[in-house]
Amino acid sequence: MSGTALAPDRTRSLLQATVPLGLGLLVLAGFLVLAGFPVMPAVNALWRGAFGSWYAFSSAALVHATPLIILGLAFTLGSKAGAINVGMEGQFAAGAIAATWVGLHLGALPAMVAIPIVLAAGLLGGAVWITAPVILRIKFGITEVISTLLLNFVGYAAVSYAVTGPLQESGRTYPQSDAIAASARLPQLSHGSRLHLGFVLALVTAALLSVLLRRTTWGFRLRAVGAGPRAAALTGRIPLTKVAGVALLWSGALAGLGGAVEVSGVSYALFQNLSPGYGFTAIAVALLGRERPMLVLVAGVLFGALEAGAGAMQRDAGIPAVAVQVVEAVVIITALLTARRSA
Amino acid sequence: MIDSALLVGFAAASVRVGTPLALAAVGESIAERSGMINLGIEGAMLAGAFGAAVGAAHGGVASGVGAAVVAGLLVATVFAAVAVAARADQIISGTAVTLGATGLTGLLAQRAFTGGNLSLPILPVVHVPVIEHIPLVGPVFFRQTVLTYACYVLIPLASALLWRTRFGLELRACGEAPAAATAAGVHVGRTRALAVLMGGACAGLAGAALVLAQVGMFTERMTAGRGFIAIAIVALGRWNPWGTAAAALLFGGATALQYTFQAAGSHVPYQLFLALPYLLALAALGMAVGRHRGPAALGQSH
Repeated sequence: MSGTALAPDRTRSLLQATVPLGLGLLVLAGFLVLAGFPVMPAVNALWRGAFGSWYAFSSAALVHATPLIILGLAFTLGSKAGAINVGMEGQFAAGAIAATWVGLHLGALPAMVAIPIVLAAGLLGGAVWITAPVILRIKFGITEVISTLLLNFVGYAAVSYAVTGPLQESGRTYPQSDAIAASARLPQLSHGSRLHLGFVLALVTAALLSVLLRRTTWGFRLRAVGAGPRAAALTGRIPLTKVAGVALLWSGALAGLGGAVEVSGVSYALFQNLSPGYGFTAIAVALLGRERPMLVLVAGVLFGALEAGAGAMQRDAGIPAVAVQVVEAVVIITALLTARRSA
Repeated sequence: MIDSALLVGFAAASVRVGTPLALAAVGESIAERSGMINLGIEGAMLAGAFGAAVGAAHGGVASGVGAAVVAGLLVATVFAAVAVAARADQIISGTAVTLGATGLTGLLAQRAFTGGNLSLPILPVVHVPVIEHIPLVGPVFFRQTVLTYACYVLIPLASALLWRTRFGLELRACGEAPAAATAAGVHVGRTRALAVLMGGACAGLAGAALVLAQVGMFTERMTAGRGFIAIAIVALGRWNPWGTAAAALLFGGATALQYTFQAAGSHVPYQLFLALPYLLALAALGMAVGRHRGPAALGQSH
């Protein structure tokens, strides 16, 4: 492993990451023109919301980037083992529900204890949500694609039930929960900023996953199963379904952690539509990051900026934020097509 | 007497609600028989719904149905270009296509329906003479809109196409053993692209049924995973149009339960009924297993 040999490769990867994003923005601009929206105000708002000031970048872009990085890593973990987790929206919701439920009852505990409990609840919630797809895959060989996808909608319904039923605020007026205990909230990184400790957690998770995948036997087995299941099986030393199943389980747990971090660091309560589609956006993040944890980090920040910009675009230029999904689609497709050529 | 009226009402609602699912699933069963699993039909259905609303608002229901088919075809073309022609991963390309269609319809809807679209013409219920009077069967199946009747025609048509024509044989060969099909002189790429386009047209029709026969307007993300449910339905229906239609009816029933229970003033949380079709689909996947594995080369690029 020589660092100098890797450097040009990293630069090229970064370049490769900006091309799909630029293309995506161009396509969106094209559709804006076609639909008769004023383009310059839209682009202005997008830029201001994402990079316009240090406050915009740290308190909007990086705050949006946090769940995207965690979910992007979750997708990467499954994908490396050949398992496609398209149910991250559902696991995110389950993690958020679990974290909220726990976080409402931890008022007496100090933050040093309360926060880890909330995060663990998120991990557990996400893992529980993906259990059925894992069992279906391991025991019956049923693809996780459809099962995880379907459970997204059950997750939405579960949040809707929680905030109108057992977890509804004491006032019983709005479909939302009470705020979680102050000690269960992730602290802000600097005074007056909305950026919270969850961002650091996302960085640490990326570094950890990078090491796990590259430097451990577990990571090697995982990549072997994902790259060539038949070859991996022929070695006779890798329990194929078990490796993929465990990777999928952790993928779900990580997505649940994403939900817990969002509740504990941003919203402090459970709401409907807590995720504006993070579970799908994160697939674009993972692919743009070529499923390498440290590059996923960079892609997550870019997409966080895009989400922040989309919010500003909706507020200032009246363009629905959902339009950024066009950019995501173009990014995914471009990444798919170029990955094949360079592989 | 009241009970039987309730039952007929429930069954008729099941057929109405099941129609978009059946249309999308019949199309998807053709695509999957050719080896293509298209998660983009969720997007094609959404585009169809948008097309139907725009077309109907400007030129009546017939234009709505036509525009829906065109929109579904356009979305399927993108999927075919990426997943068939460029041989990219089917699952990921399908997800991307659905994302793109969601973003684009959301963006365009803002422009198209700024003044609200309350005056959307909708499809009338057509009573089929004579047979509508058959007890139970008549009121349930033959007092529906023309899109439900289109579904009755499409099911045997798709079945005949798959099992009674040379093209169907070639199509299924592409799904079972594409290399062998190529060796036999079948153009696998072209056949799969055609199958995907048929699926897209059907998904577009499904979107039209949703807007013009059920909801009466377009809203952002209104398909809410129905396209994904259709994919589960295809597996439950064992990749065969007849089985698929029966499974779609079952799901229509699961959805219609919600209305029936609400009308009866039940205290069960309505979210349970919202989740029911998806849970049922999950259970169906588990039950469908072992008996039929589906096309051998499903999801593999060639």
